[in-house]
Amino acid sequence: MTNFHPPTRRTFLGLAGGAAALVTAPVVTVRPADATPAMLSAAIRNVVGEANVRTGRVRLDIPPLVENGNTVPMTVSVTSPMTANDYVKSIHVFNEKNPQPNIGNFHLGPRAGRAQVSTRIRLADSQKVVAIARLSDDTFWSATVDIVVTLAACTEEVI
Amino acid sequence: MPAALINVPAKAKRGDVIEIKTLMSHIMETGYRHTASGEVVPRNIITSFACRYNGAEIFRADLYPAISANPFITFFTTATESGKFEFEWIGDNGFSETASASIVVE
Repeated sequence: MTNFHPPTRRTFLGLAGGAAALVTAPVVTVRPADATPAMLSAAIRNVVGEANVRTGRVRLDIPPLVENGNTVPMTVSVTSPMTANDYVKSIHVFNEKNPQPNIGNFHLGPRAGRAQVSTRIRLADSQKVVAIARLSDDTFWSATVDIVVTLAACTEEVI
Repeated sequence: MPAALINVPAKAKRGDVIEIKTLMSHIMETGYRHTASGEVVPRNIITSFACRYNGAEIFRADLYPAISANPFITFFTTATESGKFEFEWIGDNGFSETASASIVVE
């Protein structure tokens, strides 16, 4: 080991610099923990509470294979007569692996006429997207889609 | 260039279900991106969108960073009477924009 040098003033200064960098590092390079399946279920619990979420009545249209996660078209529609007594109150969309589990909450009402909402979303990874509808009788219905994302959103640097 | 693009049919029959399309030009910066030098780019998103029809709220959305840049939202409503749709977007850093569109219901 010819590279070994006894500690010098320069070494200590280097170490001190390194330590300083370590202290400031979390501020600059920390990447927020991605949403996990646990965060997904916590976010869903925030909306539905203790209610039982049943599968069905909700249709989530989203491409199963996405090339660019920055703009993914998504349409959620719910089977509902949309009358004054039987309508969709709200639609909530969640994901599994973006930095945050929430995508959007859409509040409708009997005047919507049709329970359908479209938007464009970002997906940071191949993952599961869940749409949950709250009906006027306070029952919850859901649909889940697995999506493969080849180019993830959120990862690019700003030049 | 207008900040908002709204598509509402000019005319409808009473009782028709009409589609409303809205697009607001906005960066929707997630707050999770970094510059080349490693600094976090601060979050700047639209957090809320609402549509009122002759004063009554008919649609509202809470938006998160997972909504793409230039948020595009479409939804439906039943044409009940002639009147005005008012749209409002609210976001970070005091962002606030409104737009409106009229419809004639026969």
